Amino acid sequence: MRVGIAKAFPLRREGPAKLTGTALYTDDLVFPGAWYGQTIRSTVAHGQLLGIELDPAFDWSRVVVLTAADLPGENVVSLIKDDQPILVADEIRHQAEPVALLAAPDRETLREAKQRIHLRTADLPAVFDPLEATQEFAHFALAKGDVEAGLAEAELVIEGTYRVGHQEQLYIENNAMIAVPRPDGGMAIHGSMQCPYYIHAALKRALRLTDSQAVIIQAETGGGFGGKEEYPSIIAIHAALLAQRVGKPVRMIYDRHEDLAATTKRHPAIVKHRTGVTRDGRLVAMDIEVVMDGGAYCTLTPVVLSRGTLHAGGPYSCPNVRVVGRAVATNTPPNGAFRGFGAPQTEFAVEMQVNRIAEALGMSPLELRRRWVYQLGDETPSGQILRESVAGAEVLERAAEAAEYERIRSQTAHAREERSASAAPSSVAQLTSGAERTARGIGIALAWHGAGFTGSGEVKLASVASLELTADGRIVVLTGSTEMGQGTKTIFPQLAAEQLGIDESSVEMAPQDTSIVPDSGPTVASRTAMVVGGLVIQAATRMRETVEASTGRAFADSYAEYAGAHGGLRVDQQFEAYPNVKFDDETYRGDAYPVYGWACAVAEVDVDLDTGETQVRSIVSANDIGKVIHPVLAEGQVEGGTLQGVGYATIEEIKLVDGRYLNDRLATYLIPTALDAPRIEAILVENPFSGAPHGAKGVGELPMDVPAAAVVAAIHDATGAWIHDLPASPERVIAALHGIAPPPLPGISTISPRSVAPAPSADDAGAPEEGLDPQPEARTDPQPMRGPYQE
Amino acid sequence: MPAEPPIESPESLAHAYDLLSSGDAWRPIAGGTDLMVQITGELGPPPERVLDLWRLDELRGIAHESDALVLGALTTYTDLRRSDVCQEHLPALVAAAATIGAAQIQNRGTIGGNIVNASPAGDTLPVLLATDAEIVLGSVSGERTVAAADFWTGYRQTARRPDELVVRVRIPVSPGRQVRFRKVGTRRAQAISKIVIALSWRPDAGVWRDVRVALGSIAATPVRARETERVLEGAAAGSESADRGAATIAQEIHPIDDVRSTADYRRVVTARVLHRLLREAGGW
Amino acid sequence: MTYRFTVNGADVALDVPGMRRLLDALREDLGLTGTKEGCGEGECGACSVLIDGEVVDSCLVPVSQVDGTSVMTVEGLASDAGMDAIQEAFLVHGGAQCGICTPGMLMAARAYIDQGGAPVDEDIREAIAGNLCRCTGYTKIIDAIAAAAAAQPV
Repeated sequence: MRVGIAKAFPLRREGPAKLTGTALYTDDLVFPGAWYGQTIRSTVAHGQLLGIELDPAFDWSRVVVLTAADLPGENVVSLIKDDQPILVADEIRHQAEPVALLAAPDRETLREAKQRIHLRTADLPAVFDPLEATQEFAHFALAKGDVEAGLAEAELVIEGTYRVGHQEQLYIENNAMIAVPRPDGGMAIHGSMQCPYYIHAALKRALRLTDSQAVIIQAETGGGFGGKEEYPSIIAIHAALLAQRVGKPVRMIYDRHEDLAATTKRHPAIVKHRTGVTRDGRLVAMDIEVVMDGGAYCTLTPVVLSRGTLHAGGPYSCPNVRVVGRAVATNTPPNGAFRGFGAPQTEFAVEMQVNRIAEALGMSPLELRRRWVYQLGDETPSGQILRESVAGAEVLERAAEAAEYERIRSQTAHAREERSASAAPSSVAQLTSGAERTARGIGIALAWHGAGFTGSGEVKLASVASLELTADGRIVVLTGSTEMGQGTKTIFPQLAAEQLGIDESSVEMAPQDTSIVPDSGPTVASRTAMVVGGLVIQAATRMRETVEASTGRAFADSYAEYAGAHGGLRVDQQFEAYPNVKFDDETYRGDAYPVYGWACAVAEVDVDLDTGETQVRSIVSANDIGKVIHPVLAEGQVEGGTLQGVGYATIEEIKLVDGRYLNDRLATYLIPTALDAPRIEAILVENPFSGAPHGAKGVGELPMDVPAAAVVAAIHDATGAWIHDLPASPERVIAALHGIAPPPLPGISTISPRSVAPAPSADDAGAPEEGLDPQPEARTDPQPMRGPYQE
Repeated sequence: MPAEPPIESPESLAHAYDLLSSGDAWRPIAGGTDLMVQITGELGPPPERVLDLWRLDELRGIAHESDALVLGALTTYTDLRRSDVCQEHLPALVAAAATIGAAQIQNRGTIGGNIVNASPAGDTLPVLLATDAEIVLGSVSGERTVAAADFWTGYRQTARRPDELVVRVRIPVSPGRQVRFRKVGTRRAQAISKIVIALSWRPDAGVWRDVRVALGSIAATPVRARETERVLEGAAAGSESADRGAATIAQEIHPIDDVRSTADYRRVVTARVLHRLLREAGGW
Repeated sequence: MTYRFTVNGADVALDVPGMRRLLDALREDLGLTGTKEGCGEGECGACSVLIDGEVVDSCLVPVSQVDGTSVMTVEGLASDAGMDAIQEAFLVHGGAQCGICTPGMLMAARAYIDQGGAPVDEDIREAIAGNLCRCTGYTKIIDAIAAAAAAQPV
């Protein structure tokens, strides 16, 4: 319990509104006369769209139906590559792909109309396994030294393949947008989002609007985690198209089922390692191959692959490194941004390698990391010299000490030896219980996380944040950076106020409305405090200097007078490149990130030896975030990110059949409840970054890179079993311990047995399409996701 | 907003029976924790009309009558957990109730609903099977009793006729009888079971008597593992009989792969959990 | 049919279909949008309200079944004097981040404390096990509820 935090740090700015139920999320907004919108989606993974049939017995004059033929602009969802259509024109590339849009004045009519639309499709062969995919979205390669020579020189080479499946962001507020036609022929969008300006760009293109005709307004947003980075553009466009046609506001509020079935997930990945070491524990060579599944369309996949590739070697200094990464297309819903953005996948894999190597060498996993972790002045695989703020060793020691890692590890090792000594023969052991029901284990993992955008990303964004002193003496921060729980609306006034020498309650935040605030870049990549917060500080500094130079008195005492005399003052601060940070996007050499954050997690688990269930008892997570701006908010990020990593490691799982997610309800996609959550101890460490005025390096994603490997290492410590695939479910644990068949590989769809329809003959022309569509349910049920809630 | 079929809320059981015998198709609703999900999730056409049982206090009440626990159909899981009578006479049922959902579900979900919903994963159902419970059905024609073993006739099918309601469940309890319960779900709350088992027996000088082994989540209905019961019946409590019981149950059940788990896992872990329950019961 | 009940102490008479979800009646018919829909299937608890002091998922309750009861929502926690002790504790301890789970979480906490819940970690976790939070890892929520429970007069 903290005493006096209210005095030291501001309370959450929008906290009282959230706590009293007066904060307005998208579905809370009322627009009289609004219609309701619905998306009609494909039910095949890959197919020709032959036709969209409207049942003639229904009165279609009551509703609006839009297809690809009705689009006013390009049929493109604007992002990196122009490959994703707003609505399917002729080729369906994944299950749940939007094919048509429907709007009605009330939900009863909408529900009825939805039943009366049928899609006619013909199956095309589908690709589900990324290792068999031939369409590539991106590839990257890093090379340092000579990896083959290094492996040849090594005394021991450990190989490992690690697989991670989809993970759903599971914001508790579903995706939602309301489009409201403007008198100037434009469109206002109110919605749940992280990046108003991404939507702005996509909407202008899709509806052919000018900058001022497209107005994007963020409503209170109930979680994002990357899941509302790029996906919202699609719903915004859909709602806007309908609103444009109807001439009234249109509400598109996804229910949980649709959100789970159709929106982006974390990229599944297959990561192969060959690591060469000497028997006395020197790291000699790392050869790493990363394959990521992008789903059917490109979205942000190249950037996810980029970060995953750059982090794949982990926070370790190694003379010979090769990392080859490629991202490919499969006929599954497109994957997208999720906290960590490629790093949790590849850092899980490298930490598994390090822990397995420690076992092979008979060394402590802590001691091995002490020897390998980057030190100041070391060189990364991209050729970057780590010149400052290198704290891998520090977080390693802080976490290990707080968790009493070595002391507990010797206890668990002793207990494990006793268990093996008294274990029953395996012929009996499979079906019977042992003397002890549970086993304790402890595991450790270490990670680095490049701060801000990769390479020249931040320069290209050219973000702007502004500070305005109004004529009537108010101080307002204007930024496109959004609040989604991480504390933007609290720390920006705090940072400005500190610079201005006034109380934070005197600094307001303008609403995130693109007609009011500048583009501060997307609220992603843990850049909000670090980059945009830095702009806010610089703007405040300039404002203070200007006012004090004019009045000759302290800002706090004179700004109201200055405002009155000068009619106010606005300071716009644009991002300037960090000095001495150079990266070549072509060769992928140089300073991939201006600086890195560092994290170490130690997890303690109890494994139920009868069932393979893992209870994570506690996690200690030490995070170097450069500068702690607000301890309660920063701890909140560590605690939340840690639990998402625990879920990733233990119970969050998506199985697919025919390219469709089976886990498409909250009864089947499971995240940890309060009873599943461990005690989480967040340790905040400060090694400031010289390039940021406050030294902050970002905190949102770093904590996500370590928990999974720590938990899996703890499971190994408890049971002796290495689980290479996530989640380390009880099924995988029992398979590893007792030789039963493991569950299917993560992230790869199975195929349901289906009867093959007879090929149509020539005189079938004009006859009902029975033979063309071998999946009968597609004819009657355009919404594919009704099945899986069953026991 | 989901479909809103018409609903009627009778104030008396007699009125409810009248409505049910009218020939119209009624779907009874108790606490709504299953039915409302089925309507919202559009898991099939919404019912034509809904019969609201919530005002029927005649369906409430927990009593211990000589040798049986009698629970009104509208007894909620919270009612079970708060009942000293249940805790004293059938703690395994209280344990089962505590594994269902979380507070919000337990405050509304009812034992009658669990019985009639007839999910193969219904968590109280193995306890009812393992204790030879009797399900009392009522209609305009009066009441009749169906043994739990005969009640669940197929996947989500029961012996209830369309004009009947489950009125109460009568569970024989005796000081000599022991009942144990274990559920394995994906997480510690709000989880549908992957494995759910109830074991009951009468200890008799170190020997298992009147053994019942009931399972959910491994067949279309909750089932008794009768071969396993035969193997344990009359056996001396100890590792040998437990090993045989585990081996038998692994052969006897035929679970499936589904979204939650695999057939192999269910088969092997059911055996392991049974073995653990026998070990703990036998104290070795 | 007209259903009569109280919401946050005020009498309500709603002439709506009896199978309307209490969640929709609160949000749309009564304009009380504090209660949220996260899943519509009773899994997330964002729609939690109290009926006669017990916490339930309002997405699973038909309005016909609240006839004659007293319902409390998040809007009923604060008074003219300000936020209640649980809300204050959440504010001070950082128990709310994105805030979407918060109304439901507060109602579960309120039921727990009103029923004599103690500042014991495991018991608090059980009391809120039906309220999913994706932002906080539950840590500061539990701190807040424990603080509010500890401050209760015995």
